[in-house]
Amino acid sequence: MLLKVRNRDDKQPRSMAQNSFRYACFALFVMTATFLAISGQSSTQAPTDSAPASVAPQSANPQTPTAAYSDPQQVRPGLNIVVLDPAHGGTDTGARGTGGIRESEIVLQFVLHVRRALEAQGFQVIQTRMANENPSFDDRSAMANAQIGAVFVSLHVSSTGLPGTVRVYVNSDLPGSAGGRQTSGLIPWDRAQAPFLVLSHKLGDFVQGNLAVRFRGSPGTAQASAIRQLRTTAAPAIAVEISSVSVNDRADLDRMAPGVADAIARGITDFRPSYVVAGVPGGLR
Amino acid sequence: MSARWIRLVLGGLFGAVIIAGLYFPILKQRVKQTAKIQPQSEEQARRELTQSLTANPTEARVKAKLFWAANAHDGSLAPVTIDLPLSSDPALRAKQVLNTLLAGPADPELRTVPPDAVLLAFYLLPDGTGIADFSEAMASSIPSGIESEQRAVDSITHTLAANVPQVTRLKILIHGQEVETLAGHLDLTGSFAVNPRAAQAAAAPQPDPLTSSSSPAPPLTPESGSRQTYAATREQPTNSRKP
Repeated sequence: MLLKVRNRDDKQPRSMAQNSFRYACFALFVMTATFLAISGQSSTQAPTDSAPASVAPQSANPQTPTAAYSDPQQVRPGLNIVVLDPAHGGTDTGARGTGGIRESEIVLQFVLHVRRALEAQGFQVIQTRMANENPSFDDRSAMANAQIGAVFVSLHVSSTGLPGTVRVYVNSDLPGSAGGRQTSGLIPWDRAQAPFLVLSHKLGDFVQGNLAVRFRGSPGTAQASAIRQLRTTAAPAIAVEISSVSVNDRADLDRMAPGVADAIARGITDFRPSYVVAGVPGGLR
Repeated sequence: MSARWIRLVLGGLFGAVIIAGLYFPILKQRVKQTAKIQPQSEEQARRELTQSLTANPTEARVKAKLFWAANAHDGSLAPVTIDLPLSSDPALRAKQVLNTLLAGPADPELRTVPPDAVLLAFYLLPDGTGIADFSEAMASSIPSGIESEQRAVDSITHTLAANVPQVTRLKILIHGQEVETLAGHLDLTGSFAVNPRAAQAAAAPQPDPLTSSSSPAPPLTPESGSRQTYAATREQPTNSRKP
């Protein structure tokens, strides 16, 4: 009896240890399951988070609208965004006049006028540079290439040309411009402009036509030129060149800004209906 | 014995000192002459060579057509006909006409390329691609702008098209290097179409280079006096850099 009691007493501590071991195992199981559930949830979320980044590697641009590429179905079909490129900047001043006029400074001022005129027409505007900095040709092109339903307008002031005139340029013929995109659906970066050349010519003619009305002596249609900046841009793209830094008084150039801005905004608005490609929301993408 | 040897050695040394003393002024003169030759740069030497190319009196004089600016205000070009002694060799002929183009027209306002630019070399590949290597002044002294850069290239391509029919495309190098742009605008990574008709003819039976080079190429451009803006066509880039 006594032994039995002893035995019972001996057994009691063993069962407590077993119970506590069981509780510990259960707690460990619950913790592991919770951890796995949390980690599984985060791992399933990871691809969706990184997806837009893979589509648009230039999302670092603070002005890039996330809606433009995160949900293309919500974007209004056709042309919505205008990427404005004030050429040169930083150590590259561009054309320099004898009176100290610098192309890189003037184009920044012109871009502000153009921006206001475009926003009044309902366009979203992205600038390739906001201050005296000099992104590379490819960085500037990439800002346009990351958008859906965008056109690219590069602004320049020339060294030469009849003062008070404005010319619009589109890229010269590139290989692949007649056949459109490659069968793989990818556009080679170094001739990204090729599939858009026809649209670029249309856009250029619309803008040049509006400029010719305001600035006598300007050509009636856009001209072709092998412009490096336009070659890598996968969107309808034009370069607008204003004459010139050789004017004696900078005020002569400043007076042109509202007219240039209005003509560009009207030209792009006229071009807007031409940009929609059947069955593809957001233009050509 | 030993004293005799010492005298002989001393005599020999004395003779050597005298010979060295006599030779030293001649050596000094030679060093000075070499120093005078060294400052002449490689570019100057090339310039002399290219200048001598245009002044060969044995070559037949032909009416060469050179394209300079039609006026000082826009990008239009006008052909000017000049009597030049031109070689029958296409590469030499291209050098000669381009050097004349670089020398400039009578009116300096109608220049299309900087006055200090020099053609360092011109090569002609078997497929008709001409490679023109210009000095750095071509890029650094040209007025920056789409119009001015396009006009410079147009004047070069149209002058080659009118005078050297064998050149079908043109690749421009700056000091032996391929550069991204001429002066910030015009793309130099590709080549420019020069004589598309000749390129098409290349597929057909080849004409005799000697007979074809003696007559100027059929003009791609309007005759003298007309004013028109020309746009060189850019062809496939030779490099495929991807950022």
